[in-house]
Amino acid sequence: MDQTRQSLETLRDIKNMMERSSRFISLSGLSGISAGICALIGAYIAAPYVFGTKDLFIDHINYRGTEGYGDIGIILNTRIFWIAAATFLAALISAFVFTFIKSRREGIPIWGNTAKRLLINVSIPLLAGGIFLYKLMHFGTFGLIAPGCLIFYGLALINASKYTLGEIRYLGFFQIVLGIINLWFVGYGLYFWALGFGVLHIAYGAYMWWKYERNR
Amino acid sequence: MANPIDNLNKLFDSRVRLGIMSALMVNDAVNFNELKELLNITDGNLASHLKALEENECIKVEKGFIGRKTNTMYSLTKTGEKAFKAHIAALEKMIKSMS
Repeated sequence: MDQTRQSLETLRDIKNMMERSSRFISLSGLSGISAGICALIGAYIAAPYVFGTKDLFIDHINYRGTEGYGDIGIILNTRIFWIAAATFLAALISAFVFTFIKSRREGIPIWGNTAKRLLINVSIPLLAGGIFLYKLMHFGTFGLIAPGCLIFYGLALINASKYTLGEIRYLGFFQIVLGIINLWFVGYGLYFWALGFGVLHIAYGAYMWWKYERNR
Repeated sequence: MANPIDNLNKLFDSRVRLGIMSALMVNDAVNFNELKELLNITDGNLASHLKALEENECIKVEKGFIGRKTNTMYSLTKTGEKAFKAHIAALEKMIKSMS
């Protein structure tokens, strides 16, 4: 009887070590919740600019002379760009803080091989997607930006799922489905965006917290 | 009937050695410092366990450099992989035979 328990414990140790050494498991559910909240706040602030009740452009005199400006100049001159950038930064920082706290508590180094692999594999679809979306903006196809964000982000999560807790795969699937549905409702991008980056993140984060961190 | 305990490898009795083998099973190669952090033990302790595994030809060692710092990478040998898999199989058998 005692030997059975010992064997079970040993197998558990082995599994634990395999996971800890190959996957970045410090990703906290609270990170998902905080990133989701940032996204919802960002969407709320951006809404009047997106729907045209507030002025989209920061500097009008410059905007009139767009000829010599180039794409980046125009994008940098919109309020939405700066709201999006601030939202992204706030989400990233708050997500990092909770994951940092969790890794400290579990005694796992936050920056190691597993974190590196996770970061590289998230970045590949995101970078490709970012360049693609930039070109969409260049051709004025703004309606496809939100669905594009969701689809490429979903692909990035699915790609990342081999290098962190596997459940993130399902978050990826949901993002992609949401992005594809959005393709038939162009013009409602902000709602889909808030649903994907806000509500889905919060739901996923709450689930992960409930499953892995509640009892710690 | 053969006692299933006989199939357990004495070499993997120690938790540290078990941990090293587990980490190397799922990674191509792991360096000394990463192992140290994963197992949370001292340099000397880790080195002696690594030496024991190396002497039994379970792991191979590759010394290199990152800049000026030495970087020692450890990875499994075919023998080591086989021995560790047999050890896990023996553990499973023990659980099955008793329950």
